[in-house]
Parts: sequence; structure tokens; C-alpha cells
Amino acid sequence: MHNVAYHRIERIAGSVISLRAEGVANQELAQVTSSFGTSLARVIRIDGDMVDLQVFAGARGVSTDSEVRFLGEPMKVPYSEALLGRVFNGAGKPRDNGPEVDGEHITIGGPSVNPAKRIIPKTMVRTGIPMIDVFNTLVVSQKLPIFSIAGEPYNELLARIALQAEVDVIVLGGMGLKHDDYLYLKDFLDKNGALGRTVMYMHTASDPIVECLLVPDASLAVAEKFATEGKNVLVLLTDMTNFADAMKEIAITMEQIPSNRGYPGDLYSSLASRYEKAVDFEGSGSITILAVTTMPGDDVTHPVPDNTGYITEGQFYLRKGRIEPFGSLSRLKQQVNGKTRSDHRTIMNTMIQLYASYKETLEKQSMGFNMSNWDQKLLKYGQRFEKEMMDLSVNIPLEQALDLGWTILADCFEPEETGIPSKMISQYWPKKG
Amino acid sequence: MASIGKIIGVNGNLIRVKFESAVSQNEVAYAKFVTKNKEGKEETIPLKSEVIRIRGDYAELQVFEDTTGLKAGDEVEFTGELLSVELGPGLLTQVFDGLQNPLPELAEQCGFFLQRGKYLPALPRDRKWAFTPVAKPGDVLVAGDTVGTVPEGVFTHRIMVPFKVLGKVTVESVVPAGEHVVEDVVAVVKNEKGEKIEIKMVQTWPVKMPIKAFEERLRPTKPLTMQQRIVDTFFPVMQGGTFCTPGPFGAGKTVLQQLMSRYADVDIVILAACGERAGEVVETLREFPELIDPRTGKSLMERTLIICNTSSMPVAAREASVYTGVTLAEYYRQMGLNVLLLADSTSRWAQALREMSGRLEEIPGEEAFPAYLESVIAAFYERGGVVRLKDGSTGSVTIGGSVSPAGGNFEEPVTQATLKVVGAFLGLSRERSDQRRFPAIHPLDSWSKYEGIIDSKKVADARHILAAGVDVNNMMKVVGEEGTSIEDFITYLKSEYLDAVYLQQDAYHEIDAACTGDRQKYVFDKVYSILKTPMTFSEKDVARTFFLKLTQATKDWNRVAIDSAEFKDIEANITASVKEVSANA
Repeated sequence: MHNVAYHRIERIAGSVISLRAEGVANQELAQVTSSFGTSLARVIRIDGDMVDLQVFAGARGVSTDSEVRFLGEPMKVPYSEALLGRVFNGAGKPRDNGPEVDGEHITIGGPSVNPAKRIIPKTMVRTGIPMIDVFNTLVVSQKLPIFSIAGEPYNELLARIALQAEVDVIVLGGMGLKHDDYLYLKDFLDKNGALGRTVMYMHTASDPIVECLLVPDASLAVAEKFATEGKNVLVLLTDMTNFADAMKEIAITMEQIPSNRGYPGDLYSSLASRYEKAVDFEGSGSITILAVTTMPGDDVTHPVPDNTGYITEGQFYLRKGRIEPFGSLSRLKQQVNGKTRSDHRTIMNTMIQLYASYKETLEKQSMGFNMSNWDQKLLKYGQRFEKEMMDLSVNIPLEQALDLGWTILADCFEPEETGIPSKMISQYWPKKG
Repeated sequence: MASIGKIIGVNGNLIRVKFESAVSQNEVAYAKFVTKNKEGKEETIPLKSEVIRIRGDYAELQVFEDTTGLKAGDEVEFTGELLSVELGPGLLTQVFDGLQNPLPELAEQCGFFLQRGKYLPALPRDRKWAFTPVAKPGDVLVAGDTVGTVPEGVFTHRIMVPFKVLGKVTVESVVPAGEHVVEDVVAVVKNEKGEKIEIKMVQTWPVKMPIKAFEERLRPTKPLTMQQRIVDTFFPVMQGGTFCTPGPFGAGKTVLQQLMSRYADVDIVILAACGERAGEVVETLREFPELIDPRTGKSLMERTLIICNTSSMPVAAREASVYTGVTLAEYYRQMGLNVLLLADSTSRWAQALREMSGRLEEIPGEEAFPAYLESVIAAFYERGGVVRLKDGSTGSVTIGGSVSPAGGNFEEPVTQATLKVVGAFLGLSRERSDQRRFPAIHPLDSWSKYEGIIDSKKVADARHILAAGVDVNNMMKVVGEEGTSIEDFITYLKSEYLDAVYLQQDAYHEIDAACTGDRQKYVFDKVYSILKTPMTFSEKDVARTFFLKLTQATKDWNRVAIDSAEFKDIEANITASVKEVSANA
């Protein structure tokens, strides 16, 4: 390639540097060497011979005479089986003191899957969490966010799903994580023996902001490669709000016109092009995406959760350490929950309806109304439901969870009070004594 | 003569090009991306682009593909043509991307992933069509007049004088009946200047211009039934009308559109999936060929055409996709057919406009949408309508756009701009979808300016009962059930009854999913007479139990076929039980 070194940087703002150079391609990588070390950078705008570059390690310490050398190719990450068990940063460099991975270099942010090649999702992902398996079943190739607020145990939830989901490969992408959280995730997977099927791309809060932007692309590019080779891949991303904030930061530095609360106008497209990587390849592997999206101020109309909701196939709300049954939705559950066990849908609907009645009773109780006999039953039921089903520590397979559902119902109600069709009652209602 | 130019700037999917000779606005150009293929050989990939602004010697182009790798100095070739679509037999049943590339054929050639710069002809070139001539040598025709016909599925596809042809033309020759491919010349005509024009079965038309080869635009007068009770009865749509369905995520916009695409009483349905989930298109794609259209007895796919530009495909092509959709709709309208175009979602299209406007550094309007947003939206919806064609027959394009307002807030610019130009507003509400009341169209906030299949006085009266019920319910939240009079309580129960048995419909039930116009008339009369029956109850609990049972019975009634004995039985039961509590009894 054109092996010319440039030494005259004309503008430095945030993590973006500008210089005059010729024959440079859009999205091409460059190497920026300053007295603080070497970093990669990528071309994000060309105007005549003026080129803007995003420096992955940030522009801090880059001086006007730092050396810039263009590499003649776009951003790529190495791919091979040897990735498993390793941790990388957003730029694809090892951050676990291990050696560089040799292998095929694959382009990140590749083209979209042809919709004509997609198939209707049909397989459930078992997680051992009743609130997911029974009530909002996760489906292979689904893209689902976990809407949450700071302080909720969303990383713990991700770690548990990673551990229990029956998949071949887990790709974990961390964006703007606290260092402690990063270590927690890594240690948890290591301790439970899941690290061996996991690839991690980690960006912590103290790392350069540009690397945060690269994490989802690197994670998904690798996941896609695994999937085309027949592997079922689960991609876990945390936290997409940090990713969106990184985009906002770069857009503002680039003097782009903000659209909504400072976010760039292409927020929807940028999020969608990542989430849409979720796919079930006909005759090959699949990608399922679970992504944490923290809602600033618990506000679902904030641009990041709002745009996410329009893209994804449902959402899980994590509140007060539990997955909320209301608001949480898996749009694809209908595709699979008819084929698991004949009582699955009945249990799902009945238990949620009764839980909604329990919530109404709670309201009545707090307003000081008299509690009828029926209210007492609901109170008993609601408490048991929360403790034995909703609690995140509950870890049972789907069938056992359905059985547990029948037991709770039978302990609290008479069969006809539940509104369950009599055929189901005679088949499943636990016999007394 | 087409011009050439050189790239001087790249910013996202916008390129700035210095050109040499004349270029025109909205002209298509190809940016020549030079790369090495797997064998290390140099190859040039043409990336389709469209001129969107010209300043001095510079043109700004939106590229319909990813611009990775484009360099300053790369060549750009202008075509002299505006962004156009191919029109001709063979469009129906196809699945196109926003630029009219057939996706299944692309998949055959490129595999799982879409490839940059790969363009295929929209119409199959080798398929033969049985052409029957209509025009005779010596006939004087104008653009849009029929030269001959070919059968396309259940339709008679008219081969017309190209819409681009100006003035009168005289037919010189027409081929006799026989099998032809789309590129065969089927007729030769001479225009007023004496120039010969060859007519093929395929013609092209620029997507951003409405097709105007008709006599006059008429007022919509025929109701278009969707077999959805709340729509057809309360917020009807007409053939040639326009409507929008805004709603927050999860409120069921897409399910509603899918139901409409299935049951709408039109000849042809065009689905423009614009910047939405690929998964939803896939459902239509895989299910429609299996479903039978009761009107024709053939597969539903035979009357369907899908334009699919999902959210992960390049943004500029998303902008083109709604225009592609409406142009194809207008084309079939020219054959005297009724076409329904469903665009999901126009907000994504508006966002695409916003992205380009931002890159062009235009002065932003509200929420950074461009200032011309309203006029662009208005111009799009105005392409709907009923027209009288030159041969006296009529055709229509009905446009239904879903809107995805940020945060579910209808005050935002796209919803507001849309409301100004549509004839019906079917607002979906989060509250109703949370209560699992589907379709979650808000019965009090929505409106329609069209006349439906049911007497509008009765409909207004029914809406009045709904509103009164909501008032009573709000009051009860403050004073409790104890503080509410039994008359008010009955009003409340009646409104809930109407809501449960008429407004709500089970989209997954084989019979309840679709309710024909005749059945709606029948059921509405029954429900309305119940609503108007004065009733007396000893106490509220009795009233509640009565209405619970009545609701259950009426729902069962909705779930049986109208010509079955059960239908009559249930109806008799309902009548009898209402009579028991009637105050006049």
C-alpha cells in the first residue's frame, strides 16, 4: 500500500484528528504514533485532501507532528477457534496478557443478511429462569434488550444466562463497564467453567471512547463467522446505552447536528444495523442477541431505550432484582411455546392474569379497603409467585417450573377460580392428599 | 450525453463529486469502487447513487450502499436517468429491496449476505407472457392507453403506451397474439413529430414523480373493508383514501398491518417494509404463499408484492423504498385495479431524510428533521387516490402508513405532518395494548373523515356510550363503586361490553380474525340494540355478573361461523337473556 508517513496534523478535537493526505479510502485504518505510544485510527470523513480520523486510543498526547501511516485496509479482527477463552479490547488486541491470535482477518460491520434467506424462528433457548422460559421464552435468533436502571443486577443476570443457555459459543461485549464488573463477569465465567466457550470484547469506562464504538461490531463480526460455520452463538452486550453515548460524544465532536437529546440522527440506524445481525441461518448456525440497555432516570421514552424498543423483538424489564411480568415481552414466544408442553400457554396466561389481580388487590389494600376472602387468596398467591417464580435465584428447567406453577395454583385456589379450561384441569391439576 | 466526475469528499453515505458536463437533480450515478477480489485481481464495483444537491461544479450524491473504501479521486459515472423502476408483467409475488432488486435471485447468486454493488433486473428476462393485442394499426393513442394485454396470475395485465411518451401517437404495427418476453418489441408507434417509438412490455418510470396518465382524480366513495370491526365500523377507510397508524413500540402496528394485508378488500396489496425488522417480513414471506385468498381461491402471494428494505440495509435505499412502493401501486392502478400500499414505517423513512439532511448540513427544523419534511410527507400521501382512466374505468391507490413516534408521543413532527394529510387516523395506544385489548386502536382519540359501511349516526351514538363509560370509570376511581349510581354503573358496563365484544378482535382465531362487512352490519345491529335496551338490576353485583356472562356469550358468538346452527343458537340465548333484564319487559 501507500507507505507514506504524514507528520503534519492540522486539527485535533476530542478523539478526532485531521490532516492532509492523498489516496486515502473511507473507513481505512491508520497508525498514529505519538510520544505516548502507537494507536490505530480510522478514516471517518474525506473532504478533498483533508482527512478526518478517529483515533482509537484517543487524541490525548497526539501532537501536531505525530506520525500517521495509512494501512490500506479497513478495520478487521482476527478469527479462529483460538479466540475462545480469550479477552480482547474493542480494537481486537488481547487484554488478558495472552498472545495475539493468528487467523483469518474478518471485516467488521459487514453487509446485511438477505431477508429472503431468513427463516421463521422455531427453537427456544433454555435459560433455567422461569420468568424467561415460562412467561417470555427466548428464541434462537431473537434480539432482546434487558431494560434496566443503574444499580440493578443486570450483569449478574447476563452472566447466569451465559452460563445456562444451551449454546455453542458465547460472545460477550462489554461497553463502558466498571472495571469491577468486567472482572466479575470474567471470574464468574471462569469459575463455572464457561470461559472456554466464551470470547470477550471488553471496554471499560476508563478506556478510550472510540474503542467502545468498536465492541459491538467486533463481537458481532466474530459471532457471525462462528454462526456461518454452524455454531449457535449467543451474543451478550452490556451496556448499549454506553455505546449510544459514545456515538453521541463522537458526533458532537464532529459538529454533527444532534436530533434528540444530543444523540445523532442515525441513532436508530446504527442500533438497528447491530441488532439485525441476529439471525438463524438456514442449514447453519445462529446468532441470538441479549443486550443490556440502562434507562437513564428509569425513563423508557429516553431515545436509547425508545429506539431500541422499535428494533428488538420484545424486551425484558429488570426492576428491583426481578424480571417484571408486565411490560416484558418476547415477541417470538408464540413461535415456540405451543410446542414445549401442552400446558405451557395455559400456565403462562393464567399465572400472569392472577398476578395482575394480585397487584390490584395490593392497591386496594394500600387504600384501606376491606380484604375479601378472594383478596386473601390472591395475596397468598402473589407472595408465593414472587418468591418461588420471579426471584432471580430460582433456577429450574421449564418442565419443573410448569409443575411448580400448578402446585402454587392448587395451594392457593380452587380449580374453577382460575378460569383454566376443564380439560387442562383434569390433566394437570395436582390431586389433593 | 452522460457526464463523468471525480469524488472529492466522503462523509458517511454522502459523497461530493466534481463533475465535468451537465448533471441533473435526482440523476442516478455510479461511484466506481476499485478493490481487489479474492484472487488479488483488481475489480471495479459500481455503487448506485443519486444526486441530491448541486452547487457550482460540485454535486452531492447519496450512495445507496456502504461507502467503505471509496477514495478521493475515484471516478463517478452519471447515467442521465432519474432513479426509476421497471414496470411490466411479473412484478406480483416478487420480493424486492428498496431499489427493486429481486431478493430471492440475489440470494441465489450471493448467498446469505447482500453484496455491495450487485444489481439485478427487476423483471425476469426469460419468462414468456401470452400477449394479446388490443390496439390496431392506425389507432391514435396517448400515454397510458392499452396496446395489448397479458395474463398475470388472476389479473389482466395491460401493456400500455409508456407514460413518458408526450402527445398523441399513431400505431404503426402491433405483433399478433403470441408468447413474448418482456424485452420484445410488441408495437411500434409514431409520434406527432414523426419519430418512431418501440413499445416493449417493460417500461421505466422515475419513482419520485407521480404517474399522471389518467383523465381525472375522483373523490373516494367506496368503503374499503379490512374485516377489522373497529376499523370498518368506527374508523373506516375508503378505496383511494389515506390513513395512518401511529403507535409506540409493542402496540401492535405490524400485526394490524399484517391483518390488513391479508383481509383488505382490494385487488393488489403492496407491502413496503421500510427500515423495520427483517423477521416481520420473513413471516409474510413464508406464510403468504400458504394462505388462500378467499376472493380468488389462489394463494395470497399472487396479489402481493413486497418491497423490503429492513433497518440494517443502507439508509438511502430506505428513502427510495417508499417511492418504489407507491410507483408500483400507481402502475397497477393504471390497469383499473384497486391497490393498497402499506408502508411500515414512514418514521424510518423520515429519519432517513433527517440523516441525509444532517450530512448536507441543512438548517434543521424541529427535532432536527429537515424543514421540507411536511411537504415531502404530504406529496407522498397525495399519490393515493381514485382516478378515472382514459378508457372510463377507475382504479385506486389507498395508502396506509404506520408511524413510530419517539417515546409514543404523537406531538412529534412526523405524526403531526402525517395527520394533516390523511383521511383517517388509527392511533394505537400503549394503555390498551398493556390491557391486551387488540387491536389497540384508541376508540376515542382516533378519527376518520370517511363514510363507512354502517349508519354513521348509530356509530356516533355507540362512541358516545364508550365516552360516557370512560367518564364513569374515571369517577369510580375517585369515589369507589359504592359512590356510583346504578344507572352510571350500567352505562359503564355497557361501554365495557361494547369494547370487549366489538372493538376487540382475536387476530389469532380462525373465525374471529376476520369479520366481513355483512357480518359486521348484523353483529353491530345486535350489539347496538343491546346497548340501547334500558335495563334494571337489583344491585351492582347482579349487573356485573349479567354482563360478564353476556360478554362471554357474545365472544363465543364471534367465534362461530355465521351460517352455522350454533350462531343462531347463541344469538337466541343472547336475545332471551337480554329480554329478562330489560326494563320494558
